[in-house]
Amino acid sequence: MPQTVFAPWEDPDEKPLIRFQNVTKKFGDFTAIQSIDLDIYTREFFALLGPSGCGKTTLMRMLAGFETPTTGKILLGGEDIAATPPNKRPVNMMFQSYALFPHLSVWENVAFGLKREGREKDEIATRVADMMRLTRLDKFARRKPHQLSGGQRQRVALARSLAKAPKLLLLDEPLGALDKKLREETQFELMDIQEKTGTTFVIVTHDQEEAMTVASRVAVMDEGQLVQVATPDRIYEYPNSVYVADFIGDVNIIEGAASQSGDKVLVTWAEGASPLVATSTAMLTKDQHCYLAIRPEKITITAEEPETTNKVHGEIIDIGYLGNISTYHVKLPTGHMVKAQSTNTRRLSRRNFTWEDKVWLSWSDTAAVLLER
Amino acid sequence: MRRLILILVPYLWLLALFLVPFLIVVKISLSDVALARPPYFPQLDLSGGWAAIRDFVAELDFENFAFLASDDLYWKAYLSSLRIALISTLLTLLIGFPVAYGMASARPEWRPTLMMLVILPFWTSFLIRVYSWMGILSQNGLLNTFLLWTGVISEPLTIMNTEIAVYIGIVYTYLPFMILPIYATLEKLDGSLLEAAEDLGCSRTSAFWLVTVPLSKPGIIAGCFLVFIPAIGEFVIPSLLGGSDTLMIGKVLWEEFFNNRDWPVASAVAVVLLAILIIPIVLFQRNEQKNREAGQ
Ligand SMILES: Nc1ncnc2c1ncn2[C@@H]1O[C@H](COP(=O)(O)OP(=O)(O)OP(=O)(O)O)[C@@H](O)[C@H]1O
Ligand SMILES: [Mg+2]
Repeated sequence: MPQTVFAPWEDPDEKPLIRFQNVTKKFGDFTAIQSIDLDIYTREFFALLGPSGCGKTTLMRMLAGFETPTTGKILLGGEDIAATPPNKRPVNMMFQSYALFPHLSVWENVAFGLKREGREKDEIATRVADMMRLTRLDKFARRKPHQLSGGQRQRVALARSLAKAPKLLLLDEPLGALDKKLREETQFELMDIQEKTGTTFVIVTHDQEEAMTVASRVAVMDEGQLVQVATPDRIYEYPNSVYVADFIGDVNIIEGAASQSGDKVLVTWAEGASPLVATSTAMLTKDQHCYLAIRPEKITITAEEPETTNKVHGEIIDIGYLGNISTYHVKLPTGHMVKAQSTNTRRLSRRNFTWEDKVWLSWSDTAAVLLER
Repeated sequence: MRRLILILVPYLWLLALFLVPFLIVVKISLSDVALARPPYFPQLDLSGGWAAIRDFVAELDFENFAFLASDDLYWKAYLSSLRIALISTLLTLLIGFPVAYGMASARPEWRPTLMMLVILPFWTSFLIRVYSWMGILSQNGLLNTFLLWTGVISEPLTIMNTEIAVYIGIVYTYLPFMILPIYATLEKLDGSLLEAAEDLGCSRTSAFWLVTVPLSKPGIIAGCFLVFIPAIGEFVIPSLLGGSDTLMIGKVLWEEFFNNRDWPVASAVAVVLLAILIIPIVLFQRNEQKNREAGQ
């Protein structure tokens, strides 16, 4: 039986939980968010990625109700939420600055939201205990925030926002201060919570690996605009612009001029070098300026000249050793620097290539992505 | 060595400006009143050597304190001072907190100006300001004239020479001491805490009571002590605005010193007053200490 893939954004009948309709946010004459249209669906794990200051927090604050759009509408479950104050929204936010109450203990911080709902004492106690166990804070229940480490504080903020089990949870860099192991464990806990409760998550992260691991879809932002919104694999394999390709993962960008026949595109990129081949469904005009984006791991590095059409010859300038893989920086006679990655199946001392070796780099016709901007 | 000097300086300061004068006052409080200059006995004559000092000490006694305890005027004056100081502290808090809150929520560019306005009254003499209150509050003063003119009242109000005038005077004089520490804590308050409270289901009002008020507690406590401690010994305001009916220990002290020329009893009054004040002063120091530790 084929498993149904979770992809509500492909179903035209599906109603989004959140809909941004042409939303613009200005602070004075500075535009923080520039006419954004975006649908986020129930049970999604939606990741916002982008450089510092691109408007991620602003987007979240509008969802939480701390900022109102200058123009445009935000719909939650089909209804405009402009008039709903933050405390009436089924939304909880984990603040980038944590915003822990300094006069309350860890336990009281986590219980704060539950107490406001007027729940039973026992119920609150169980719920708080669950959250503390989840975030491994059991031992710190009685401490005040200023007696905790940065990572512990972050976990308190996370526990506090999770406690009320809201319909929509906004996490502004929830795991940045945690060590790698704890971060990975917490990522899986978050995904687990989401499976169990059906909560919709919107999460800001600077860690693309994290976005790739947890997200159902990723939005890449730049200067208040959405550049691309797609599943993690599509973002990685089919970026829609040099900006996205460059932002997510490592990439080689080669500029050139296109000439197209069918879905094969020949890219002239340097004088005297044979053109590179890529496939693209976009229709480019003759000699249109374009970019080839090639991921380093898709480039094969050999000593002998390979039989493919896409091949270049160069000299190894630098080797970056990352343990499991190595990145070779190869300088071409044209002056281009190309990065190629290969898995370290052998021990370091028995490596095939070393500095100043002349090598061939090659890749298949489908490996490179042709980008117009 | 450097450390020693650093520690020594404040202690010497304290010794010279507080401990020595206080010990002199204690000494006088243990003496007897005399028609002499200075008006008490015995006098310490160090040239007489050990024998003179022994004689001097033998003459000292606690008579004046026994007298304070026996005459209920003094107890009434202490209690009435405590009551007036407590009530005026409360009134100052009720007025000062909203003012400080308003200042802290004003636009940042306005705050220095507002701060200036709060401190501005200190630029004129305290005595002149209290005198001008006499002009405002008296039977045919500004306030009554104005109220009669608007028709709110038909008979002039008697405010001068009542406790109400004393409250007005104390609240007016000490308001900046309440506003400034509260303002300092409110201004530091991180706005995202209020957002977090609202996000977790608080209304604006409950966020105020659950976050703003507890976090401004150090400022409130500091302000209350800064008003309460001087208010309890206040002398100028009750004697100028309170008339003869208002009983406050500061006034009693003044009368003992200057009207009765009974320095020993006056000193005993001062010593007891200090003993009473030591409790709030120590509590105040504790509060400051705790804040400093929490701030680190
Ligand atoms: N209240 C405000 N007044 C003026 N400008 C603001 C305000 N809040 C945010 N901005 C500006 O809006 C832009 C977007 O800010 P935002 O906090 O959303 O960035 P971000 O994407 O979350 O960045 P980071 O990754 O550093 O957290 C920034 O340039 C910021 O300076
Ligand atoms: Mg941010």
